[in-house]
Amino acid sequence: MESFTPIASLIGGILIGISSALLLMFNGRIAGISGITGALLEPSTAPGERAWRVAFVLGLTVAGAVAASLSPMSFESTLDRSTLAIVVAGLAVGFGTRTGSGCTSGHGVCGLGRLSGRSLAAVLTFITTGAITVFVVRTVFGGSV
Amino acid sequence: MNARKQVVLAGLSGIIFSTGLVLAGMTRPGKVVAFLDFFGDWDPSLAFVMGGAAAVYLVTFQGFAKRRKAPIAAPAFHLPTRSDIDVPLLVGGGLFGIGWGLGGFCPGPALSSIGSGSVDVLTFVIAMFAGMGIRTILNRRGSVPDPSTQTV
Repeated sequence: MESFTPIASLIGGILIGISSALLLMFNGRIAGISGITGALLEPSTAPGERAWRVAFVLGLTVAGAVAASLSPMSFESTLDRSTLAIVVAGLAVGFGTRTGSGCTSGHGVCGLGRLSGRSLAAVLTFITTGAITVFVVRTVFGGSV
Repeated sequence: MNARKQVVLAGLSGIIFSTGLVLAGMTRPGKVVAFLDFFGDWDPSLAFVMGGAAAVYLVTFQGFAKRRKAPIAAPAFHLPTRSDIDVPLLVGGGLFGIGWGLGGFCPGPALSSIGSGSVDVLTFVIAMFAGMGIRTILNRRGSVPDPSTQTV
């Protein structure tokens, strides 16, 4: 059971928006996490293209680690998932985001913010399949998979 | 000089992004799954995350990026140009959604959670990199369209 947190979630969303807006205003880049990370795994990505991406991912992970030490509760998982389910989920997220050219940030924040129909189609697709997956996990597998 | 500014700015952007994710509740997989549980105990909080972030971005994009030839610290904007809705977009998005609902993580919160010490998070991130890597290998074989040449 999760409680409704509109204020905290809105403030968090605004910070994500500011972060993405800064990357656009200064670097001229889309703040898509799967794109930024995925390009680091491409051998063809030039060294000059790597530096800012590495810096972004470092900022993301280091700030997360600091937050985890200050507020472990913010990282609590109440899900009942086997290691196999976690592996399948990770593979699907990695392969899917690179195939569909983006994730929640690239399509959901930047794409919707640019009023891109292509991104809207992606967002509706991943929210729909995500909702179906959650429904199946809860009703067929009793929430444990 | 610009290259250095870009690196510093990207690091700062990553820090702010991560802080936003944590405050928003996106680093708690149970909350993400509760948002996707439309027919159960639905928690609409995460709609406020995407809505708030996209609203800030919309204002910046329309008011700044569209009115300038170049960003502040780079010679040009690198923006997506495609507007078509093709099969890889929908299949990829569909697969991503399945993984998102199954694990409760999308890429940003997963990376942000690495330092929390959770074995599940590490497992997820390694599998996610593997999934991205498989995509890259398939692309190099030329058997499927290359998403790295496509834009959002």
